[in-house]
Amino acid sequence: MYLQITKLHKNFETKSGTLVVLKDINMSIERGEFICAVGASGSGKSTLLRQIAGLDLPTTGEVKIDGVRVQGPGPDRGMVFQHYTLYPWMNVQENAEFGLKLQSWSKRERRERASYYLSVVGLTKFAKSLPKELSGGMKQRVAIARALASEPKVLLMDEPFGALDIHTKESMHEFMLDLWERTNITIFMITHDVEEAVFLSNRIYALGARPGTVRKEISIKLPERTHTVKRQSVFHDYRDELMDLLRGHSQEALAVAS
Amino acid sequence: MNSMNTGSIRPPSNPKTLSPTVFWRLAEDIPKPLNTLLVATSIGLPLLIWWLVTTFGNVDPKFLPSPARVLEAFGRLWGTRELLKDTVASLWRVGVGFLLAVALSIPIGVLMGSFASIRALLEPLFGLMRYMPAPAFIPLLILYLGIGEEPKITLIFIGVFFFNSLMVMDTVKFVSKDLIEAAYTLGGDRWQTLTQVIFPHVLPGIIDACRINLAAAWQLVIVSELIAATEGLGRRISVAGRFLKTDEIFVGLIVIGIIGLTFDLLFQWLLRVSCKWASQKR
Repeated sequence: MYLQITKLHKNFETKSGTLVVLKDINMSIERGEFICAVGASGSGKSTLLRQIAGLDLPTTGEVKIDGVRVQGPGPDRGMVFQHYTLYPWMNVQENAEFGLKLQSWSKRERRERASYYLSVVGLTKFAKSLPKELSGGMKQRVAIARALASEPKVLLMDEPFGALDIHTKESMHEFMLDLWERTNITIFMITHDVEEAVFLSNRIYALGARPGTVRKEISIKLPERTHTVKRQSVFHDYRDELMDLLRGHSQEALAVAS
Repeated sequence: MNSMNTGSIRPPSNPKTLSPTVFWRLAEDIPKPLNTLLVATSIGLPLLIWWLVTTFGNVDPKFLPSPARVLEAFGRLWGTRELLKDTVASLWRVGVGFLLAVALSIPIGVLMGSFASIRALLEPLFGLMRYMPAPAFIPLLILYLGIGEEPKITLIFIGVFFFNSLMVMDTVKFVSKDLIEAAYTLGGDRWQTLTQVIFPHVLPGIIDACRINLAAAWQLVIVSELIAATEGLGRRISVAGRFLKTDEIFVGLIVIGIIGLTFDLLFQWLLRVSCKWASQKR
């Protein structure tokens, strides 16, 4: 197993006592897979991603990547955040180079590597632009190039397309599939968008809410990965199954909340 | 709902809409010619009133000198080089006190903003010191440091250091946690994140805090000179007051104002050229 999550529990201490956010999470991800974890709000999916990134540590259990236990953040787990996290005072090229700069690469090497990944995401022409001059989709592509420049073992994505309009989102989906095929990178993405998950991933973990648990693991086998597949019944079956899983749980969550 | 509208003056088919305006547009620019006109009025109108009052108002020039007399006094003081000497003396005190305060308060403010530990250690003390008016330290400073340059520079330092530290600390709050965590996931350690993410992000805020506190420093140097000094713009005003040379008081005040405004514009320019990414164009 490449990315292994074993018996992971995560509690938060609140004023009203201990809140169980993640309960007994077990996941196994092979090298080169494209995995989505789908869940409604309250399923702890962002918290889960933070444990993998090492930005937060599990209460019990562990995350292992390539056999090594995660004990903090590092460039071997590239992360693309939900909100835009480009550094506004750096241009696109400098943003893409920033990880390598932090890792003390030489100027020439990091320029070459960053330029290569900017060309992979199709933004070579914008190397000199400032982030504020880019559209939302382009910003996320730079963030992806920035994470890829460190050639991470896994690319972690936290609802990266949540803020994009539907058309930009669709073209980003095509872009992601194309990128995944060309780089063979392992991707772990969380989202609440069921269609996005079905369209992109090999395998989906459907998360239940309050506490966050793995309800079901579904392997996705689509005849093709183009937008027309979304009109086929096989796509609808996956989508409906997931929607039912999530719907049931969010209603439970509402009942608990009220 | 409908019954409420029956009999009202406004017909129900005409809901309330915003009427167009130029002068009162919220958070929007005004046309350039109007802007120029208003800026000119802002300075020109008080000057005009001043001139009218002193020319036709039959006012004692010892009480309110005319613009012409003030200009004359300016020429006189400039000719004897007294004005230049006073200005240089005041500028030097501000320069040394302000630079010392800024050089220390920027790193301390950034550390306070970045680390809750440093904040807990220093914020209560700084918060308290901030509410002690710097001029209230003058008797102590004279007692400890005499009446030379040291107490004046120390006064400016006290007046700027605590405010500037706390204002710089506040700018760090606006660095989003995501930007910091992104640096961690890119392989940055805490020191790199502090110097290469937090510092550049708050630099425009730091420049702005320094701009605001330079105004305080400039006021304090005048206050310190009013009390004990042999030269300086504050001293000039104090002496002129004693001999009822109202025109020289006006010269002193206007020179102080113009130098202050020049500093302000310099800082605004510095902000524009050093942090293009943060330009506040709407």
